[in-house]
Amino acid sequence: MIQVKNVWKQYGEQIVLERLNLEIQEGEFCALVGASGCGKSTFLRMLLGQESPSRGQILLDGQPLRAEPDPSRGVVFQRYSVFPHLSVLENVVIGMELPHSRFLGRLIGADKQRLRETAAALLTRVGLGHALDKYPSQLSGGMQQRLAIAQALIVKPRILLLDEPFGALDPGTRKDMHVLLNELWQEHKLTIFMVTHDLSEGFTLASRVLVFDKMRVDPHAPNAYGAHITYNIPVNRRKTSGALASVASLPGQPAIH
Amino acid sequence: MRLINRQPDRGGRLLLVLLPFALLLLAYFSGSATRLAENPNDKLLPSASQMTAAVNRLAFTEDKRTGEYVFWQDTKSSITRLMTGLAISAAIAVVIGIASGAIPLLSAPLSPLMTVLSMVPPLAILPVLFIVFGLGELSKVMLIVIGITPVLTRDLEQRVREIPQEILIKAQTLGANSWTLILRVVLPQVLPRLLIALRLALGSAWLFLIAAEAIASTDGLGYRIFLVRRYMAMDVIVPYVVWITLLAWLMDCGLHRLTTWAFPWYDKGVRS
Repeated sequence: MIQVKNVWKQYGEQIVLERLNLEIQEGEFCALVGASGCGKSTFLRMLLGQESPSRGQILLDGQPLRAEPDPSRGVVFQRYSVFPHLSVLENVVIGMELPHSRFLGRLIGADKQRLRETAAALLTRVGLGHALDKYPSQLSGGMQQRLAIAQALIVKPRILLLDEPFGALDPGTRKDMHVLLNELWQEHKLTIFMVTHDLSEGFTLASRVLVFDKMRVDPHAPNAYGAHITYNIPVNRRKTSGALASVASLPGQPAIH
Repeated sequence: MRLINRQPDRGGRLLLVLLPFALLLLAYFSGSATRLAENPNDKLLPSASQMTAAVNRLAFTEDKRTGEYVFWQDTKSSITRLMTGLAISAAIAVVIGIASGAIPLLSAPLSPLMTVLSMVPPLAILPVLFIVFGLGELSKVMLIVIGITPVLTRDLEQRVREIPQEILIKAQTLGANSWTLILRVVLPQVLPRLLIALRLALGSAWLFLIAAEAIASTDGLGYRIFLVRRYMAMDVIVPYVVWITLLAWLMDCGLHRLTTWAFPWYDKGVRS
């Protein structure tokens, strides 16, 4: 479904990523792990269309990826993922209004009522059924991320991109979110890319772990070589769904940086 | 306890708020009483009864020549000019500020231009306005518009740029085009900022209004003050200045109330 063909990314002299080759099937859950500054977020931004490769190309179903964000790729960031000026319900409803109203960006009357019900159902599914009328600033960090995920899913994206979505959450909330994400992944048949600092998070959630690291380092020119996908590890899901349950029952395991 | 850790209680705070005002009034009226005791015809510091009489004459007695109440007519003219100027400025600022803040292709021609234009001293081009727009209402409103629009525009442009990139990308992944992104995401997020910028520009707006009225007008609060200056009529000037201050303060409060009422999400969003 997604093919990455000899992709390089550089900013001026600094090479961030080099020689990326990758093929990902529909329905995979890829965790992108690696040290800080090794380009995993850059790779995610290229998948999102926020940045484009300096060399090589990324194909979706054989077609080059659009060079700007669009509804085929949903995204959840660590922060600032939801609209602060809209209520929880409106934050999700807007995702159905924007594609259908090109001039006003909003719908009215019976259409809107129908959208409200759809949105409320999804919000109840992610556990926000009681907070439909609140503003995001009134929600806890975990609830904001639940909202961000619901908002991303409402447009039915084929690919869901997560940039350290649970990085700012406490361990207990994080585990609840893991369970939710795992369920949504299977319900919606999503292809997910998730950047994470937490190795165990990657191995328990994902069906494939991609490790980013620099193959070569020139001590006199640290920017001369970019990072590469050094390991591409398929994870046995049957084993890990048990592991997920066991991790969920552990009290706060530390993040690995 | 250290000074920085000491908090006044409710009653104490109210007392501290009122104290400087009371002192100011006390200083004025004792000065006024002293001067009037020496010379009953002194005009510099009129007494409360003299000012009340002047207000009565202007606000609650029909003008013999025109049949109007001068004070209210002045207030109406000035407020109309001020509001018109503020409304036009706000409208221009929203359009240009958002266009230049959100669209890089428009930012290049607009942003440096606004920066340069905002440096033109508005009062220096007041004669030009009188020459171009005549001595009517238009040139007075234009002075306010020219005076505060660049400030408002640059402020809004900056606020638009401060919207996190993540928010704009999220809107695109939800299917927004450039127009609906501005309409549903950018505009509602900068509107409360516009009201705050308007509050800050209110002082300058009054300054430009009074200046324009002082030079060429036939009514208005600024006109009246500069007219009666010829007779050293401090008993009129002082109440007018107090009245202008009160009006400006009420507008400031009104805009503040409007912000919290119309954008309940805004204040909390700032704090979190």
